[in-house]
Amino acid sequence: MNITRRTLSSACRLININCIRNISCSQCAMTSSRHTNSKRIEGLDKNVWVAFTSVAADPTIVNLGQGYPDIPPPAYVKEALANAAAVDKLNQYTRGFGHPSLVKALSQVYGKVYGHQIDPFKEILVTVGGYGSLFSTMQALVEVGDEVIIIEPFFDCYVPMVRMAGATPVLIPLRLRSNKETSSVSSADWVLDPEELASKFTSKTKAIIINTPNNPIGKIFTKGELQTISDLCIKHDTLCISDEVYEWLIYKGHQHIKIGTVLTSKQMSTLPGMWDRTITISSAGKTFSVTGWKLGWSIGPEHLIKHLQTVMQNTLYTCPTPLQEAVAQGLLRDYELMGRPECYFSSLAVELEGKRDRMAAILQDVGMSPIIPEGGYFMCVDVTPLNEDLSHMGDDEPYDYRFVKWMIKEKKLAAIPVTAFCGDASKKQFEKYVRLCFIKQDSTLDAAEAILKNWNK
Amino acid sequence: MGIYRYEQVTIFTCSLCAFNTTGNSGKNNLHARRIEGIDKNIWVDFTQLAADYKVVNLGQGFPDFSPPSYIQEALCKAVNGGCSMHQYTHAFGHPPLVSILAKFFGRVVGHEIDAFEDILVTVGAYQALFCTFQALVDEEDEVIIIEPFFDCYQPMVKMAGGKGVYVPLRPVSSRVEGGKALTSADWVLSSEELASKFNPRTKAIVINTPNNPLGKVYKREELQVIADLCIKHDVVCISDEVYEWLTYDGAKHVKIASLPGMWERTVTIGSGGKSFSATGWKVGWAIGAGPIVKHLKTVHQNSVYHCATAAQEAVAQGFQREYELFGTPESYFLQLPEMLNQKRKKLATCLESVGLQPILPEGGYFMISDISSLKVDLNDPSTQDEPHDYRFVKWLIKEKGLATIPVSAFYSPEHRKDFQNYIRFCFVKEDSTLNAAEDILRKWSDLK
Repeated sequence: MNITRRTLSSACRLININCIRNISCSQCAMTSSRHTNSKRIEGLDKNVWVAFTSVAADPTIVNLGQGYPDIPPPAYVKEALANAAAVDKLNQYTRGFGHPSLVKALSQVYGKVYGHQIDPFKEILVTVGGYGSLFSTMQALVEVGDEVIIIEPFFDCYVPMVRMAGATPVLIPLRLRSNKETSSVSSADWVLDPEELASKFTSKTKAIIINTPNNPIGKIFTKGELQTISDLCIKHDTLCISDEVYEWLIYKGHQHIKIGTVLTSKQMSTLPGMWDRTITISSAGKTFSVTGWKLGWSIGPEHLIKHLQTVMQNTLYTCPTPLQEAVAQGLLRDYELMGRPECYFSSLAVELEGKRDRMAAILQDVGMSPIIPEGGYFMCVDVTPLNEDLSHMGDDEPYDYRFVKWMIKEKKLAAIPVTAFCGDASKKQFEKYVRLCFIKQDSTLDAAEAILKNWNK
Repeated sequence: MGIYRYEQVTIFTCSLCAFNTTGNSGKNNLHARRIEGIDKNIWVDFTQLAADYKVVNLGQGFPDFSPPSYIQEALCKAVNGGCSMHQYTHAFGHPPLVSILAKFFGRVVGHEIDAFEDILVTVGAYQALFCTFQALVDEEDEVIIIEPFFDCYQPMVKMAGGKGVYVPLRPVSSRVEGGKALTSADWVLSSEELASKFNPRTKAIVINTPNNPLGKVYKREELQVIADLCIKHDVVCISDEVYEWLTYDGAKHVKIASLPGMWERTVTIGSGGKSFSATGWKVGWAIGAGPIVKHLKTVHQNSVYHCATAAQEAVAQGFQREYELFGTPESYFLQLPEMLNQKRKKLATCLESVGLQPILPEGGYFMISDISSLKVDLNDPSTQDEPHDYRFVKWLIKEKGLATIPVSAFYSPEHRKDFQNYIRFCFVKEDSTLNAAEDILRKWSDLK
């Protein structure tokens, strides 16, 4: 009963109708103004996911919004969790900075990827998802008054996390290459202006955050682009926070890139001078299609990781044991298969590339031009060709927010507005784009196709 | 700091050491000030030590027996329960879990709790504490902490920029002189001393009942004194009640949030790990008035955002079962304290018999023991500068193979030196573990 009411009232807020006041306020007695929030979270209560993910509870809506699979995780990973749950001591606390079998497995896998030894106890921290790694990194290394450069469009939590650390986000947008016709755009066509980037570095710049493959656009930064960034990091003595949660989801792009070059996603830390100043963040949830397990890890040099570990021991202390054990088992299995098609890191990318291409075709068939992602599991598309006049919805929100809310209500199809991933100054640049998640079952994609084909009916 | 000049020909991949840069003086301290001075952690140190030596481990607080089978089954069932069990659930708590927590605790406190406004599910009670401090404590706010306290309160307050103000529980001297065995009930607060700690800068007070490490279960009258001060000074009460089911000898757990005027100013923290003897699941919660809990949610959505779905589902199943069996002999929340009561008595007897004066806990997982009467040659130079109880615990690990925790770790830096003569034992262990501890202690006692 409660759940239905909550979903309904969230959906009501979503579509801006005077709705049911959902909660009796007997316990919301007048509280003193002394019980207000601390300054560090001032203005950080809004969140695009809280607004849009209640949609997921409504089964009549085709949900290409929030980024999680509706395809099952690999069976061996679920079995590993069931097995772990049956072992008594795996139901009790484990080592705070990471369950030993997991950090050792990570050390093996990433030792191979990086091409050098990684100390499982000093150079790895296990966290609550990639999200938890981002938080630990910011809290550990970002000081009040620092600046942190963030490339737009960005996974939306970067800005509030930087602000919660008392620092200033400094934004720089990817821009579509000017000589590009819009008919066939790839995420590779969205690039940084090197001079503009250089101008963002100041004496206060503590770090730059990069996300490759990028959410939402799907860009994979090239070696040249990473070299430009690393030259600036070294010149300005800046840290690099590299969010690589989609590291295994690399597709054949407009240039022919062999799947074996998945190692290029690691190049940030392997460029000379970069290991010592980079924290690389990964996710079990994205790696094994188990977003609900909320496990991730940070890898970096001891002198940085130790500060993340300090944050960990003062925030949540340790991550769940049986889940860590299961991820360790999964990693060990796939480590043996690395480079082979049966390795889940490869096979998932192959499966998703098919879905990516299908999603692109669906959008192109109705006259839209998606940005074909080189990696990750999202696709952004300019919805201008659909010609929806939403001026009746007022203009206090960017077009894409209005479009998505309208589309959810009228077409029963959910996406995420791309201006959720950029700052105010860039809203005009991105407000015609919505983000679609394609790590979905064929039946979900079929349903989306049907809605789009029948758009004007 | 690991920052070196790019122009250097020898690229020194330095995972151990740091090089200062020239210029950019602001960068010499790479870590943020907020984590200054909170890098030491007793658990990291002592669990490593316990792992290094082959020990009988009565140190860190976790059961070495299995969780109840129905809860393990609930996790297995969740794991096999379809796609959604492995993907993100609601950020502030998996709906089946928050719904049953609202129902269950609503019945316990006697008024309606809103599942979606008044509850936040967290990664263990530990993260609930973190969210609470981060949400409510600003620079220079004062937070009253009653000693001895679960050690994380102090660094968490510090990390939030707050100032810990400490007030100790003290053994009532008349009972000691009378020669009676002490219980945790004999350790009390001085009302005047407590009142003197409140001032306009006081933002919150943290209480922990049943208490870790002492085992005290605060009586209603004691909580009323605290509540009166909270109301008078308009202070938030953070009530850590992770051991709420574990009370012995007729002690009753009272929720301070149920006292008049307290619901709207209390955050009550609970633990699935302690409730179901599955500490490794890391499912906890904060329950309180919506206007306060919403600030904890803001911290949560900007730090971890979600907790693991399957574990929450399993804890929900556990609470559903306990809701139906509450107060009956089949309830795990009655069976567990009954089982632990036996172990508590067993350990207390053993400690008494070897001259280690236990303080019998009214609740919780732990028992502390006065070691001041023991004469031991702690000839380990590596621990020379440490408090007496730290040295003793390390000696006990290395020389006798028995792990415990020094109680001065649960005191403020200011008061630590006055409480160096107690060590903490965890009795939530298989009988075989307690027997092994008993053997060690007897052998040692026989040698003396």
